[in-house]
Amino acid sequence: MLKILKFSFYEMIRSRWVFIYTLFYLVATMAFLLLSNDLSKVLISMTNITLILTPLIGILFGTIYYYNSKEFIQLLMAQALSRWSIFTGMYLGMALALCLSVLVGIGIPFLFYGIMGSPDLTIYLLLITMGCVLSIIFSLIAFIIAISCDDEVKGLSISIFVWLFFAIIYDGAFMLLILGFKDYPLDKFTISMLVLNPIDLARILILMKLDMSAMMGYTGAVLTKFLGRGMGMVLVSASLMMWMIIPFWRLFALGKKKDF
Amino acid sequence: MITFKQLNKTYKKNHVLKNIDLEMAGSGVVALLGPNGSGKTTMLKCFLGMVLPESGDIIFDGQSILGKYEYRSKVSYLPQIARFPDNLSARELISLMKEIKPGTTREARFIEVFNREKELDKKMSSLSGGTRQKVNIILALMHDDPLIILDEPSTGLDPLSLQELKKFIREEKENGKLVIITTHILSLAEDLADEVLFLLEGNIYFNGPLQQLLNDQHGSSLEMAIAQILRTNKEIAHA
Repeated sequence: MLKILKFSFYEMIRSRWVFIYTLFYLVATMAFLLLSNDLSKVLISMTNITLILTPLIGILFGTIYYYNSKEFIQLLMAQALSRWSIFTGMYLGMALALCLSVLVGIGIPFLFYGIMGSPDLTIYLLLITMGCVLSIIFSLIAFIIAISCDDEVKGLSISIFVWLFFAIIYDGAFMLLILGFKDYPLDKFTISMLVLNPIDLARILILMKLDMSAMMGYTGAVLTKFLGRGMGMVLVSASLMMWMIIPFWRLFALGKKKDF
Repeated sequence: MITFKQLNKTYKKNHVLKNIDLEMAGSGVVALLGPNGSGKTTMLKCFLGMVLPESGDIIFDGQSILGKYEYRSKVSYLPQIARFPDNLSARELISLMKEIKPGTTREARFIEVFNREKELDKKMSSLSGGTRQKVNIILALMHDDPLIILDEPSTGLDPLSLQELKKFIREEKENGKLVIITTHILSLAEDLADEVLFLLEGNIYFNGPLQQLLNDQHGSSLEMAIAQILRTNKEIAHA
């Protein structure tokens, strides 16, 4: 598995698109840091960008990478390798490269700016972690979509729709539902809806740490009110873990049954 | 060496392999022939574990191989489509294959006969289709395995490289290996094969020595014999 991981990682970090993606983060972070002297504000701006961009790039790169590697996967399958080691190696190599983009692109400029001694250090670490977690989750979803769908155009369209759904449609639909049923107690419903969207989970986790109740929205307010900040964070972190474990298990189950 | 027992495979409503029962001996060249969609590649992929059959069993060296993967260390496989990760070079792919399958390798021979030394460090995406097929052949044949499976090996090869490939296959046959080739170039099959396995609509239509097929169909060449089979089959279907 490690051999495959290594090669998949090399292949990804040499890709022009991964380079452009990293460069974009580098330039954006540096620009914000130069334009504003307030570290918290820069962190908030980068949070907003990261929450939209990492899922999009994760799901797009994941889908395209799988389709481009289809024939290579077949070649690997003809070797004495288990399906588990092929899929895990290919997937982890790709996900690691995407995480590296986040670490380098967002992480390094803040380090040079002197984030280490700043009170915002935990927010910074949380932002980087969430960037990586969202890359991992959405590239996993991408692999699941690509493996279930042999038609590349269809697979890519589904991927874009899934991103659109989680990043944009979900919150709108959620707000409409809350408005429509505002006369009923909606707390449990709200919390369960929150758990079902990894982007919201990442956002809430960062905002809870930022202590910005105004930006947390209704879901964040309900969460802190009912579970308290500590328990709320535990619930959100556990849910994000589930978002990594369940799709990984699903990917493996699909890979086991798939005809190539 | 390989035994297929009552093997069935269906893709959605398409019954691709129908109760395949077959035994292949330990050495020689077997040409796996048949029109498009007759189930040739599916049969090979079932053996390699890429396609999972609905029912039946495949025995290799006395053991059932379904759900296993260790047996593939004894198999060299050349896939039909030569597409590799764009950003890796041929040299890196060769070293990956060596890492996956340790042991002595003989890629130097192919690199020399294909005259590809200078292209080994270029990215795969910048190589021509023919060169990629040569890399495909190098990756597939660099290990010394008792079973060699070649899916359309002649695709995109120039005549000189094709001759080298044929020479190599003959040598491997003399070394007592089993070589299975699928091809649409019937002259290639005629040149190399001892046995012919002809698939038609998921059934084994003919399995035996090449000469017997020619005699049965009163054909002077393999192409004529195959054309005769297809014609007869069409007439039966229309009747």
